[in-house]
Amino acid sequence: MRVGLFITCLGDTLFPATGRATVAVLERLGHTVVFPAEQTCCGQMHANSGYEEEALPLVRGFARCFGGDDLDAIVAPSGSCVAMVRDHYPRLAAEAGDAALAEAVAALSPRVFELCEFLVGELGLEDVGAFFPHRVVYHPSCHGLRMLRLDEAPLRLLGGVGGIELRELGEAETCCGFGGTFAVKNADVSAAMLADKVRAVLDSGAEVCTATDSSCLMHIDGALRRQRTGVRTVHVAEILAAVEGR
Amino acid sequence: MTPAGGFPAAARAAVADSQLRANLRGATHAIRDKRAAAVAEVADWEELREAGRLIKERAMRHLDRHLEDLEAAVIAAGGQVHWAPDGAAANRIVGDLVAATGSAEAVKVKSLATDEIGLNDALAARGIDVLETDLAELINQLAGDTSSHILVPAIHRNRAEIRELFLRELPDPGELDETPAALAGAARRFLRERFLRAEVAISGANFAVAETGTVGVVESEGNGRMCTTLPRTLITVMGIEKVLPRLSDLEVMLQLLPRSSTAERMNPYTSLWTGVTPGDGPEGFHLVLLDAGRTNALRDEVGRQALHCIRCSACLNVCPVYERTGGHAYGSVYPGPIGAILTPQLSDLESGATLPWASSLCGACYDVCPVKIDIPTVLVHLRGEVVRREAGGSKDAAERLSMKAAAYAFGSTTRYRRAQRLALRALRVLAKVPVLGRLVPGPLAAWITVRDLPEPPPETFGDWWRGRRP
Ligand code: SF4
Repeated sequence: MRVGLFITCLGDTLFPATGRATVAVLERLGHTVVFPAEQTCCGQMHANSGYEEEALPLVRGFARCFGGDDLDAIVAPSGSCVAMVRDHYPRLAAEAGDAALAEAVAALSPRVFELCEFLVGELGLEDVGAFFPHRVVYHPSCHGLRMLRLDEAPLRLLGGVGGIELRELGEAETCCGFGGTFAVKNADVSAAMLADKVRAVLDSGAEVCTATDSSCLMHIDGALRRQRTGVRTVHVAEILAAVEGR
Repeated sequence: MTPAGGFPAAARAAVADSQLRANLRGATHAIRDKRAAAVAEVADWEELREAGRLIKERAMRHLDRHLEDLEAAVIAAGGQVHWAPDGAAANRIVGDLVAATGSAEAVKVKSLATDEIGLNDALAARGIDVLETDLAELINQLAGDTSSHILVPAIHRNRAEIRELFLRELPDPGELDETPAALAGAARRFLRERFLRAEVAISGANFAVAETGTVGVVESEGNGRMCTTLPRTLITVMGIEKVLPRLSDLEVMLQLLPRSSTAERMNPYTSLWTGVTPGDGPEGFHLVLLDAGRTNALRDEVGRQALHCIRCSACLNVCPVYERTGGHAYGSVYPGPIGAILTPQLSDLESGATLPWASSLCGACYDVCPVKIDIPTVLVHLRGEVVRREAGGSKDAAERLSMKAAAYAFGSTTRYRRAQRLALRALRVLAKVPVLGRLVPGPLAAWITVRDLPEPPPETFGDWWRGRRP
């Protein structure tokens, strides 16, 4: 398959290792990865913060960048950016009264997948040949959980990883408190939610906390490091990319 | 009105209150788990939710017609109907109705609509003494406190606090320990005497059926049944959005509501009445139909679904924000996720301007809502309304500027790459001299108050990719 990599602005800028891991997994499975150079940001921050007008050009940019028919699928290592494209683009295009864009989005969005849902749902895989001998706990990010309905896909893939010891996360489905600008606009509530998430991660006994979204992980990691817990965060893609001897 | 500083400021105080946090955590988790179990018993729950959504959507689409049908049916059944465009009008109407009976007191069933319009205070100003008969509302009334939850108005209090309050405020509390039975018993003894002498009762309504003129109250304690049957005069204040087209719609709603709110298969008391019945129940029945911003909300095609709410409170109980702040931080009769979308639409956008941001958009509320209100989408929509309204103003000018700057940077790959380099350079400086981040209050300072910043990578993904494939 020719897979277009939708790297996300956050991943591109701050978490390149996650992008490299996504490429590694897909190529190891025999797919051709294409990285459309024109991509920037999907517009989620703007759209979710009430700046829909500013988000619209980014929607158009995304449709231009990924709209070609040379890609079999578009894959991102982020549940919330994929949810933005699949769930919000159609609404934004409709509200803008832009029929051409609405059409482009309708054609495009069903081909956009979060990495785990692509591997499990589209490729039917559970074992991608990874090896990661660590105690790991998985935090299901809200947009993957409730908008994309990833269900067990990430856990199935993690379960297929060699050497891994998966731990249970208490109250796993409770939001970590990131929520984009929520983390700074309602910093106190966000911190309170984060404190509970961190406690659950520590209680799990894991040495690594993983998730499908770099944004949630950045938030959780920020507290784990601030508190010198010694627990680190690793994106699911990086665990799936890890192989024996490396 | 939201307190000064809006939700974030009120929430800051609330999250620091350890007693409140413990009370809320215990209560919301208990009811959350029970609801999940009660819902899991129903094989066609999702179909029921969809039916509930459709019923509400249809009711709203022809609201004008249903309301006129309702009025005609209530009058035909011997009741009277009064139209109140706003809270002040409703308060005046109810005050006049009570005054006309010659009584200076009334018993009352818990009602959010009357809390919304401040009916108790308005009546008190006219010398009418209103007694709340729902246990939790009574607790709040005795404590001079306001509700913090739609269904469990005193969720912010624990039993020990309530016992103290009863010992202090009830005329004859007797021997009192902290068991629910003892506390309820003390309240019951106090209330019974008032029920028996009451001439007037005031209630809200969960539903009113346009087809038949039937009005309904759903409750657990039986105080509602007492209020709607014992006194001579019954006055019901109901938001216009509560009307249902057909009696058969109750079949769906009465399944959705109890499981979602109290996690019961069926609520203990469902009182339905149609006008007046000679020799049985009240001799006079008045239905006050309250607009108070509802027509306004109806105009907004995205926002109007907030009017579908059946006040089950499931969204509050699962909300991670509500769980940590409680209801008072929302500065509204309607707290939690539903409050965050309803309050700004019912009052004015100004006073509820911070509420659409009182959510991490995690979507837990949407998942449990029995009538499938897409709360996250309405929140985002209302954020847009607030931003558009404040455009050009001085408020949040810095945010607006940075949002516009970011959108500009994302608009071309050249500008995007330049912005990336700048961001990484700034991050490297901050990694060396962390204190710099605290100098200016704002998003950066808010972030690093409790979290470390991510470590800046040596190169972006794009740089790596371009180096890899020439
Ligand atoms: S919005 Fe939905 S979940 Fe929340 S109180 Fe209303 S009906 Fe219940």
